[in-house]
Amino acid sequence: MSFDDIKLLLTQKFGEGVVTGEERTGLQPALLIDPDRIVEVCLELRNNPKTYFDFLSCLTGMDYGVEAGRFGVVYHLSSIPYHLQLTLKISKPNDRSEDNLPSFPSVSSVYRTADWHEREAYDLVGIFFEGHPDLRRILLPDDWEGYPLRKDYKTAEYYKGIKID
Amino acid sequence: MHNEQDFSLSFEMTWWFSRIKDLETISKYNEALYRYQQKITNAAVEDMVLNMGPQHPSTHGVLRLELITDGEIVKEVIPHIGYLHRCFEKHAESLTYQQTIPFTDRMDYLASMNNSHAWVMGVEKMLGIDKDIPKRIEYIRVLVCELNRIASHLIAIGTYGIDIGAFTPFLWCFRDREHIMGMLEWASGSRMLYNYIWVGGLFYDLPVGFEERCREFVEYFKPKMVELNQLLTDNQIFISRTANVGVLPMDVAINYGCSGPVLRGAGLKYDLRRIDNYSVYPELEFDIPVGKGEMGTLGDCWDRYKVRVDEIEQSLRMVEQCLDRLQKELKRTPDFDPRAKLPRKLTPKAQDYYARCEGAKGELGFYFVHDNERSEIPFRAKARGPSYNNLSVLPELGKNVMIADLVAIIGSLDFVLGEVDR
Repeated sequence: MSFDDIKLLLTQKFGEGVVTGEERTGLQPALLIDPDRIVEVCLELRNNPKTYFDFLSCLTGMDYGVEAGRFGVVYHLSSIPYHLQLTLKISKPNDRSEDNLPSFPSVSSVYRTADWHEREAYDLVGIFFEGHPDLRRILLPDDWEGYPLRKDYKTAEYYKGIKID
Repeated sequence: MHNEQDFSLSFEMTWWFSRIKDLETISKYNEALYRYQQKITNAAVEDMVLNMGPQHPSTHGVLRLELITDGEIVKEVIPHIGYLHRCFEKHAESLTYQQTIPFTDRMDYLASMNNSHAWVMGVEKMLGIDKDIPKRIEYIRVLVCELNRIASHLIAIGTYGIDIGAFTPFLWCFRDREHIMGMLEWASGSRMLYNYIWVGGLFYDLPVGFEERCREFVEYFKPKMVELNQLLTDNQIFISRTANVGVLPMDVAINYGCSGPVLRGAGLKYDLRRIDNYSVYPELEFDIPVGKGEMGTLGDCWDRYKVRVDEIEQSLRMVEQCLDRLQKELKRTPDFDPRAKLPRKLTPKAQDYYARCEGAKGELGFYFVHDNERSEIPFRAKARGPSYNNLSVLPELGKNVMIADLVAIIGSLDFVLGEVDR
């Protein structure tokens, strides 16, 4: 199945609104998906006998910069039976305050790989995943302040009263 | 009057309750943390919470496992990682592509060559120079990668033996690995963290006489593998400890994103060296070993172990084929310069690219986002370590097993904490 076939399959199943755009400039084309419907899209791509995208290679939390003011998640799916690869992207504008994190649906019910990868995205980029079973920080300590991979992150001067050199 | 045990229990309880009180307001952002603390507090009353690690030798590094145990049975495993977090992705965002290569070496430090190979292939693909790399360089890359894979699997096998209680295989594996370390040190100048594979070329050509010495090693090593098999693989005690333990079905393995020997041990013939056909792997002959459930159930610890043993033999085959080519048609010439093709500036077009290859532990991926055509620094780089995903299946495998079996399961997953924490 080619990239266009997959796009057609999704629009036929869920309507035109589910694919909000596409990126064909790079080596790997990407589909931009409506953030609210990413779970059903992933479930369909995984279960459809024509695609069988059963392996989530990578999940990346993205901060698109202070000027863009957008946050997103990038999914790299891979189909073991058909040797296909597909990139899905979701994003939405959000402010940078810590009381209002950008929030996306969790796909950990479809791919268990997403469990730890979403925890990592929450930990480092500060993206909240709704419906995640256990969204705690994973690489940093539980009491860490801030999200280090955000573009406006300032390195802390003190950690628990200890000066960081 | 309280005796000593009562005191320690009440102290522990107050400590846990004080931790819960630290969370002044429970919002949706720290609700999971609150739930976790509640669970541990309750488990400390009914069952026993046992900390395994971060300094426990059988956790293969600084991994801390919180075990909720009922007697000798593990009811739940909660892994805590991050003790070795070195901000790889943050570093990659502030260094050029070439400067990041030494940091990739430090991810999976037991197979550094494979890491830098994956990173370099991704950058070359983005630059569009992946077809211009001379054949000799590609063969040298694959040669050192396969040697490094053998070294990594030797550690996996040796330390697995020591987890189970067999001391001799550990010493034998380390003795043989030392030969590989010596050869790679001869080529790159460093024992473990090589920085040998560069974008567009290599640090240096192989030293004169490397091919001959490497061939001697292969001849020396083949009978040693037979010995190792007799000592460990067919050992009845070893089989009893590993067969039918930690059975990982194929669908669970795929859903958790396991790859490499863990996925192949579950019976799926899936190897990126054959799927993606990158570098010179399509020109090499090798088989993909899979678990067959010979000693027990398909996907048990013994199968995962056996896949690694078989992979060593396949890697030796590949090393021999690489040496054949490197000594005949791709022979070294005086004017050969492995740095001739190094690009002056590593400035790819604005794009994003997910590069993946088969590392020693499984699918090793790098996701690059590059937004500025004049910059040599990626906007965002994400590393997908195979060990990270292979480890995430541990809470599933570690349910309702004996503590001693949990040690066998951890060893059979063969993760490196440097790659889990990055």
